[in-house]
Amino acid sequence: MSRENSLVSTQWVEDHLDDEKVVVIEVDEDTTSYDKGHIRGAIKLDWTTDLQDQVRRDFVNRDRFSELLSERGVANDDTVVLYGGNNNWFAAYAYWYFKLYGHQDVKLMDGGRKKWELDSRELTDEVPTREKTTYTAQDPDLSIRAFRDETVEAIGVKNLIDVRSPDEYAGRLLAPAHLPQEQAQRAGHIPTSLNVPWSKNCNDDGTFKSDEELKALYAEVGIDDSKDTIALCRIGERSSLTWFVLKELLGHQNVKNYDGSWTEYGSLVGVPVALGDEPGEA
Amino acid sequence: MCGATEGGLPLDGVNVAKEAIVQGQVLRGGEPVGNAYVRLLDKSDEFTAEVPTSATGHFRFFAGDGEWTLRTLAPEADPVDRKVVASVGSVAEVVVRI
Repeated sequence: MSRENSLVSTQWVEDHLDDEKVVVIEVDEDTTSYDKGHIRGAIKLDWTTDLQDQVRRDFVNRDRFSELLSERGVANDDTVVLYGGNNNWFAAYAYWYFKLYGHQDVKLMDGGRKKWELDSRELTDEVPTREKTTYTAQDPDLSIRAFRDETVEAIGVKNLIDVRSPDEYAGRLLAPAHLPQEQAQRAGHIPTSLNVPWSKNCNDDGTFKSDEELKALYAEVGIDDSKDTIALCRIGERSSLTWFVLKELLGHQNVKNYDGSWTEYGSLVGVPVALGDEPGEA
Repeated sequence: MCGATEGGLPLDGVNVAKEAIVQGQVLRGGEPVGNAYVRLLDKSDEFTAEVPTSATGHFRFFAGDGEWTLRTLAPEADPVDRKVVASVGSVAEVVVRI
């Protein structure tokens, strides 16, 4: 993959608003954001209801994902362009999710909703209607998804990239600072994981830094190119953004996103936890 | 329960005693700015969180004890930085003028 294949600008999106084979989809942490105004023609996916199993902690299965996209009028050969608030956290999560289920042509809008708004581009509250399709998802591609046992086994072996803020990594906060600090699980990080906050990938306006800057960032922290990589955060959304950078923009092989992330790992019994700003020992 | 600081966001349902709250309003020429983005940066200027302002220009963070920087971005305005000190059990109210 490369920047040209996986990322489009706000201008590109504006230029393709009337292209029938381009489906623009908003996915936000704040699931009411779309209802307050969105890009003309964009449809909405709600990450809490559309993309999560409502009983188990897991994704919707392949059949449900196929039904969902069929209902919303997305075809297998459509170009899906994802954008969202909060610097594309959940849009990147949806990008990873679409890739997991084998959608071929999916792209992120660089900078997301924030860049669109800072550009003073138009938002509308008109909800489009799209004809239903017959969408067929593929079997989940588990080469890009890490589970907990694999993550525990990766301690001291693979690159573990923890993309939360330094205070979350060190154990001083349990969640991003715009959310109440109310979880019950332990604070800290996985020993040997490197802290590369997701925000280091982005400019203030939410757009990604240049490939050269991103390469320098990961070289500086000492990511070992010869090893497989697992990215994690709190619930797997910010780490989707880092997964996107490593896999799609920089072309690293064997990069997985651990969507269980700290809310799972920090509640496991008997696993090692490190506190403070240093990675800690295996 | 604590009430809201006059003119600030209501704090109903928030356990103020356990939180270090930073909140406020973004104004342009005295008018609320409803499409601004406020970032919370830690003492090393590292990004910690970001929220869009509400229709009334308000924002809120649940931070930790210490000094923070609020960086505000809005259409057709230069970024504005404001320092703020947060502490558990109190609400730091900040007005950002762009």
